[in-house]
Amino acid sequence: MQVFPCPFCGPRNETEFHFAAEAGKVRPDTTQQIGDADWATYLHAQRNEKGTVREVWMHMTCAELFILERDSVTMDVLGSTALRKDAT
Amino acid sequence: MSGLRLESGGQIDRKRWLSFTFDGKAYSGFAGDTLASALLANGVRIVGRSFKYHRPRGVWSSWVDDPNAIMTVRLGDRELPNVSAATTLLEDGMELRAVNAWPNARYDVKGGLDLFHRFLGAGFYYKTFIWPDWHLFEPAIRKMAGLGPVNADVYDDYVSDQLNASCDTLVVGGGPAGLVAARTAAERGEAVWLVEDHASLGGSAAMLGHIDGTDHAAWVQAQEQAIEVADGRILKQTTAYGIYDHAMVGLLEKRGFAQPPRRYRLRAGRIIMATGALDRPITFGNNDLPGIMSLQGAADFMARYGVLPARKMIVMANNAAADQACAVLDQAGADLRHFAPSKTMSGFGSRGVEGVSIDGYKRTANAVLVSGGLTPLVHLWRHAGGKLDWCETRQAFLPGYGPKNMQAIGAANGTFEVDKAIAEGTAAGKGLSFERPSTSYTLTPLWPQPGSKGRQWIDFQHDVTLKDVEVAARENYVSVEHLKRYTTLGMAADQGKTANMAGLAAMATIQGRPIPEVGTTTFRPPFVPVPIEAFHGHHGKQLWHPVKRLPLEAEHRVMNGALREYGGWLRPGWYGNDDAELHIQAEALLARQTVALFDGSSLGKIAVMGPDAEAFVNFVYYNTIKTLKPGEMRYGLMLTERGIVKDDGVIARLGPDHFLISCSSSHTDSVRTHLEAWRQDGNDPDRIFIHDETQSWATLTVTGPRARDVVASLGLPLDIGAAALPHMTFQETQWNDHPLRIARVSFTGDLSFEISVPARQAPALWAVLHPSIKDHGGGLLGIEALSILRAEKGYIMIGKDTDGETMPHDLGFTVPRAKKTAAYLGDRSLHTAVANAPGRKQLVGLKVADGGAMIPTGAHIVLPGKSSSQGYVTSSYDSPYLGHPIALAIVTDGARRHGEAVEAWHDNRRLPVTICAPCVFDPTGEKLHA
Repeated sequence: MQVFPCPFCGPRNETEFHFAAEAGKVRPDTTQQIGDADWATYLHAQRNEKGTVREVWMHMTCAELFILERDSVTMDVLGSTALRKDAT
Repeated sequence: MSGLRLESGGQIDRKRWLSFTFDGKAYSGFAGDTLASALLANGVRIVGRSFKYHRPRGVWSSWVDDPNAIMTVRLGDRELPNVSAATTLLEDGMELRAVNAWPNARYDVKGGLDLFHRFLGAGFYYKTFIWPDWHLFEPAIRKMAGLGPVNADVYDDYVSDQLNASCDTLVVGGGPAGLVAARTAAERGEAVWLVEDHASLGGSAAMLGHIDGTDHAAWVQAQEQAIEVADGRILKQTTAYGIYDHAMVGLLEKRGFAQPPRRYRLRAGRIIMATGALDRPITFGNNDLPGIMSLQGAADFMARYGVLPARKMIVMANNAAADQACAVLDQAGADLRHFAPSKTMSGFGSRGVEGVSIDGYKRTANAVLVSGGLTPLVHLWRHAGGKLDWCETRQAFLPGYGPKNMQAIGAANGTFEVDKAIAEGTAAGKGLSFERPSTSYTLTPLWPQPGSKGRQWIDFQHDVTLKDVEVAARENYVSVEHLKRYTTLGMAADQGKTANMAGLAAMATIQGRPIPEVGTTTFRPPFVPVPIEAFHGHHGKQLWHPVKRLPLEAEHRVMNGALREYGGWLRPGWYGNDDAELHIQAEALLARQTVALFDGSSLGKIAVMGPDAEAFVNFVYYNTIKTLKPGEMRYGLMLTERGIVKDDGVIARLGPDHFLISCSSSHTDSVRTHLEAWRQDGNDPDRIFIHDETQSWATLTVTGPRARDVVASLGLPLDIGAAALPHMTFQETQWNDHPLRIARVSFTGDLSFEISVPARQAPALWAVLHPSIKDHGGGLLGIEALSILRAEKGYIMIGKDTDGETMPHDLGFTVPRAKKTAAYLGDRSLHTAVANAPGRKQLVGLKVADGGAMIPTGAHIVLPGKSSSQGYVTSSYDSPYLGHPIALAIVTDGARRHGEAVEAWHDNRRLPVTICAPCVFDPTGEKLHA
């Protein structure tokens, strides 16, 4: 079982966390025209990289979202930062 | 073979006799014996039968590598199957039974199967039972396969402790190297755990006369004391069975037969692997005969338990480590005859080995001890992601490039000499890295010889022979992973601890490739079999999923509320304790006729506040919310970004920047995290605040034609008339000096008031409303009867009347999709080709013919006489008010098929039904708005 560092609560077992999204995904402005392919890419396409990945996770017990940087091969955790801008 | 116990020697307590039975016959052993050592000491030669051919099997070795001695053990009223005899301590009164043998191991009726071995080779089942259909044969084969049967008794008190722990340094293995490593680390002030699989420390020390000039037993005791003095923690009978992500180590601590094992999830800062090495078998004809044993295992039986397999024994070894083992047996008075292993040798004997024929000469003996070289136990290294390097000198895989914070020492590292192993232990204990020293260990490579005569066993338990490996190679199952699965090599309870090296070496020889190129199969946890119970522990029932409780639980109990779990809440399904259906029907009817009281406290209440709250709720709801005025409520659907209906509920605007979202009871947690995710990712979290106040408020619903009369009994300081408090509005006031919120919102279709008070005021509210309900001829309403009322009205339950494809327009909510201009979750997904396609499943009601029976929930809707599904029934009830069954369904293009005659098909029965509108109660809404 992996140990993830919540920026607010410290290291906790992975069972307390939930994956939210890959970091850097921005919702398209749906008041504008969006092609089917672009929308499908937003909904379904994941980079799913080998190696260093940046992901948004939620620590379920404090409900805070944060960015988790980890290695998808070695499972090493490389760092975590709060998502909110003023808490970098 | 006639095993015997010596007068002295070993670590057993000869003063404490233990009696036991094996296959019904009485024997005795000593405290400290394992089942295997006790059987051996009593001269029991056949301890079980092999998996496939039912060949007789004897004890092969003294530890985790023994594949043969597997028992069903009964002690008192408890019986456990597949107990490893070599690693389980004997207890007084144990009844042992050999597995896979009937009536007993000595006379097994299926032993005749061995005569057919020519036809039962690798792939036999795959090739033979393929025609006409595997399923015809499966039950019979399943009955024949497998080892010990599971006893049908349930042991409620057999519950494993689950412990989480951490330490600086974990040392796995309490042999000389591990002891020194643990002592050194502990004396440096590290928090050290030392785990040892056996009941006593020392490992191979028992086979050595002196260590560091001290008697071995005294030396081990000195290390143990030093570790304890330095606050190190020593766990005996504890196996590190696996290393998982982020260096979590699984430990299994045995605590005797009566008590379930204890499981630790240990986080270690660093891990020192001192797991030792195992002796390999030699592959030759009839090498599976009982009485042919591991040389190191035999020496270990002597050193630990004072047991010799026999007096007169043949030794065949190819390596330098054999000398030490032979010395132990020599000293014990064994008559050892040494022969060099040869390619043509073959064991002989009827019910066990009587000797070995070597180069044409028959050499007789009561037991044959073989040693094919040492194999370091590198399982944990591989679990943790370490690499292995092939060592030509040792003819073994050794720990190579290692995982972070993990070191291998001693025999596990290929360092078989005790002084060098101790030096590695000292270095590792200090946290220093070190080079593997050169070795004095030598051996003559001795691997299986493909093409040789006779039946040569590679996997003793699963009956995989050298011929089977050759068949697999011939049929192109040459990858070791394919070889394993095709032949079942290495899949026995010992997971190939004896078989794997011989199997892959045989494959290497057949293909003419070097062993390291063929490689090993994947090492996966657990290292030893772990009872399922060890993973289960207390994780069951309430502790697995605690129910949420209503503030009025006591009141419901007084009224005989049938408390059941609904969506994670303990709620009254109905009131009364005999015929449930009778109560449910009566409650539903009374609610329609007069008035009823329903506890709606579990309904989600999530506050959304802040300057951006209006825009936020407008975004997360399908329906337009920003036009809602304070004091008003609106029904809304929440969608996923894929446009699928996620939840429904009523949203109330308490103030300009204050909304209260009421979601389904069972969805509250998921809606809260859904809202949190959008609040924090994509919005300014300092301008929106989300607070789940579900548990802070209690809500009682008064519903029915006389609801207003009942609410009047509260004497609230406000006008509750239809004009002042119309449908979908609410007011806040004070009652008993506490806040009270009264809302005109209905899930029954009748005139309803939802009255919410702080949770602690709930009993006071109940105390007024409950008697008043009775005074007005009404009653209590459980959630089962409520489900009938809402279905009569065509109100849906998300997840019951919808599925993973349902979009809002499938439910008839088409306006926002067409008109809402602001962005909202899932908006773009409602305009894809799939969303616009004809043939979507849409919500409908179903009518049965006069006097027709209830339609089973889940029945498929089909065209008359046809069989392709057009949808299915999602809710179905007997309606006491309407006097006939009702149902909801989702049906292809259902919205424009009202009036069409179709059939509900279930369990090969067809019921004629007619599609209709979902709402069959008060379609004009007169009662709702009363």
